[in-house]
Amino acid sequence: MTHPRKRHVRLVVSLTLAVLLASGLIYTSFAASDPALTPSQLLARGRDGGNVQLTGTVVKRSITNHADGVVDFRLADRAGDGVSVPVVYSGSVPAAFATGRELIVTGRLHGGAFDAQPGSMITKCPSKYSAAPNGSA
Amino acid sequence: MAFAGHLVMVVALVVCLYGIGAALYGARHGRRDWVDSGRRSVYCLAVVLTLGMVILEVAFVRNDFSYTAVANTSSTTTPLLYRVAAMWSSQEGSLLLWVWLLSIWSSAAIYLTRNRLRDVVPYATSVLLGFGAFFTTLLVFLDSPFGQMSSVPTDGAGLDPLLRNPSMLIHPPMLYSGYTFFSIPFAFAVGALIVRRVDADWIRITRRFALASWMFLGIGILLGARWSYYELGWGGYWGWDPVENAALMPWLISTAFLHSVMIQEKRGMLKIWNASLVLGASTLAIVGTFLVRSGVLDSIHAFTGGGLGVPFVALIATMVAGSVYLVVTRREVLRSEHSLDSLFSREAAFLLNNIILVGLCFVIFWGTFFPLISQAVTGTSAKVGPPWFDRYTVPLALILVLLSGIGPVIAWRRATLANARRNFALPVAAAGAMAIAAYTVVPIGSSVPTVILFCCAMFVLASIGQEFWRGTRARRAMSSEAPPLALLSMVRRNRRRYGGYIVHTGIAVLFIGVAASSTFQHEQELSLQVGQSTHVGAYTMRYVKATSHVVNDPSHTGATLTLGAVLRVTRDGKYVATLRPAADYYPASSILSGQVVADLISGDAVQQVALKSSLRRDLWAAIKPLGTTLPSTGVQVPEESLVALGDTTILPSTPQEKQLEAAYIELGAIADAYRRNPPPASFTLISSPLVMWIWLGGLIVLLGGLTAIWPPPAARRGRIRARYFARVAQELGRA
Amino acid sequence: MTAALAALLIAALVTFVGWALSGPFRAGTREPQESDERRALESAKEAKYAEIRDNETDYRTGKLSDADFRALDRQLRAEAVEILRAIDLLEGRAAGAPR
Repeated sequence: MTHPRKRHVRLVVSLTLAVLLASGLIYTSFAASDPALTPSQLLARGRDGGNVQLTGTVVKRSITNHADGVVDFRLADRAGDGVSVPVVYSGSVPAAFATGRELIVTGRLHGGAFDAQPGSMITKCPSKYSAAPNGSA
Repeated sequence: MAFAGHLVMVVALVVCLYGIGAALYGARHGRRDWVDSGRRSVYCLAVVLTLGMVILEVAFVRNDFSYTAVANTSSTTTPLLYRVAAMWSSQEGSLLLWVWLLSIWSSAAIYLTRNRLRDVVPYATSVLLGFGAFFTTLLVFLDSPFGQMSSVPTDGAGLDPLLRNPSMLIHPPMLYSGYTFFSIPFAFAVGALIVRRVDADWIRITRRFALASWMFLGIGILLGARWSYYELGWGGYWGWDPVENAALMPWLISTAFLHSVMIQEKRGMLKIWNASLVLGASTLAIVGTFLVRSGVLDSIHAFTGGGLGVPFVALIATMVAGSVYLVVTRREVLRSEHSLDSLFSREAAFLLNNIILVGLCFVIFWGTFFPLISQAVTGTSAKVGPPWFDRYTVPLALILVLLSGIGPVIAWRRATLANARRNFALPVAAAGAMAIAAYTVVPIGSSVPTVILFCCAMFVLASIGQEFWRGTRARRAMSSEAPPLALLSMVRRNRRRYGGYIVHTGIAVLFIGVAASSTFQHEQELSLQVGQSTHVGAYTMRYVKATSHVVNDPSHTGATLTLGAVLRVTRDGKYVATLRPAADYYPASSILSGQVVADLISGDAVQQVALKSSLRRDLWAAIKPLGTTLPSTGVQVPEESLVALGDTTILPSTPQEKQLEAAYIELGAIADAYRRNPPPASFTLISSPLVMWIWLGGLIVLLGGLTAIWPPPAARRGRIRARYFARVAQELGRA
Repeated sequence: MTAALAALLIAALVTFVGWALSGPFRAGTREPQESDERRALESAKEAKYAEIRDNETDYRTGKLSDADFRALDRQLRAEAVEILRAIDLLEGRAAGAPR
């Protein structure tokens, strides 16, 4: 059997290390994170702030493809209460990009429009787990 | 028949409740007949749920759109195999799949333990049936798969095109098998703690079940990564998405358990730790199941709730509270018999391995749930991205790989310096040689983490190779067999050890693939005209011509229109491969009034990725046709307005069948025009080295797992036992 | 037609379940629960033998010195003997006569 004091020391050392590493982890996670907002939250926040992850649904008939590969569209809350944000995105879009599709895009609010980082668009799998739209018995 | 389906679910719930009662009653009063009835309830549950599955699947195959599930996820244009798979693409269908798999694997477990652990089995049975009761309650009261439509549509919405690929047929069942299988070690752990019997028999059985869960979940995770790489258009295989992480966490914890349980077996240590690991892994598996369907976290997979979040949180809370209660009140049974002899021993290496695996799990857990944590702490929900995950998981993974080469070569209890010198000489030399090669011959010196990983991987491969070689040599000294035979019989006699070594080899190969493909990938996103070419790494890719198909899509997924390209890939002027990426367009999931052509192609579009794999590198291409030129004016238009314009040729007064016919003719014209005069298309082109090593590594890990779990032949066991019995009996006589 | 088939299926299912689970309600065999004692010792013995073999493999592949191997081997075999004694005791008790 190892000397009880030795075991004690080992335990204290490892726990201290663990706590130190965990604190480092926790601190950097808060520092390195981007707020995740919906369009209504983004507009409510108002100020042209830092990087934000914007989640929303593509508004009907709002997609405009420009020649230089830039695409404009509007993003609204999933709940769809009318509030929407214009988004400017350059770079190739995922194939699933279409009106009504839910997606996440990273960028910053700049002068009323959301400037999206190229390549930051992630489309979500279309929701098949939601309540049936056609109603059920 | 749907009502019969409802009733089947009710019968299933009743069977679960009865079984729990019977097993517990039998355990309390020592009545074997009641315990057996409880065990038989598990078998009955499997039969009942199989009937439920059959009823539902028949509805899917027969396109019975009176079922809500069928109408929402399937259609007449969905190919047969995908209609079968559509069942589990719906929330309620996937719950049924989950509980059906639970009943099948529980039956297997109950059958395999029919003559052992008699004290524990009744409680384990109750726990398993408890899970069954939970899920069948959800299916009976909250989300029935047999729900009926108030008005029956003529056609369904169709299986989401993104899911129309072979992975959909196997990834969910594999993943669910992994998740459900975890309830078995959980049940046996709870049972063992209740009766205060945590002994060699429990270890042996739990370890087997934990290994099986580990294997299933590992395959599920790997298949998910492969799916992401092959089918989704971003060219990656791992994005630290919450749902990916949710499957990885229980896998990491069970890896830790599989190692530390060996310490418990040999030295009677770490009992509390091991019990906690088993209970924790299973709880994380339920958390994973909950994450996918609750919409609580933003994820590529996340689906909006449906009111299942609360019951799941209640289940998880019960599991956590119950586990903590059991471990605390049974801690005398879980007291360690020995303690660590030396920090330079296999036990210490395993302990470090455990700490790192749990640490990895903590990092991933923190990052995954960070939106909720930051919401609670700061009021705004915030996300951390892949760079944050990579920053912490990469160093931990490096240490883990290194440990996997140290563990096999170091002795139990206490290793000596002399032994270390002898055993580590070759692996260290191999790592050193790799380091030198990294800066001279092999061009990987630009990334230090990659170099470190390659050196660690070399270390592992060398140390395991050494183990196999020395073992074979020792075997030959005893039996003078030919080397291949000696190798085989050595592995057969010691499946756990050598199976584990094979797994370590697989992990090293897998990480080599991950490191190389993430660091040295070349990617290009650009638009090309026919005839143009571009450079991707050392390769030249040329857009040769455009292709199009109406209805007969080359990938057999029921797409209405396919627009694609032929790319010719060369390297230094020599032909390497032909890639044929395509974009598939599917019928709309909800009928847009009066726009027949639009209906046929404005559903979800899916990229059919073109891939040419070899051991050395992968060539990956995806296409997004920017738009199509109208046949009449030659003007390029984006798809939405294209379909609107196409529809102006079909008058609303035309009868329905004629409209459909005209629509297909119009589509044919569009397809022809695309082929003749294709507009520039947007391409994503990737060349990535050693990607195949990831899948190969996974296969090797699977092979290792199978080797470890394969039971040794009974006859041989008997022979060995007799021999040892004789020798020990000799000593008995002497003593 | 399907209604009749459905009714038949349900009836068959309920009958099957009832028959399968009604064991304790029929002329019950009131066997007592067997104990795990014997099984647990068997497993402990198997595990101990596996350890002895493992130790030998470790020695033959060069992880242990001669002295270390012999000391550990002796200890493990002694532990195995203990387990065998416990099994004998149990069997002696079960047979109802001291060995």
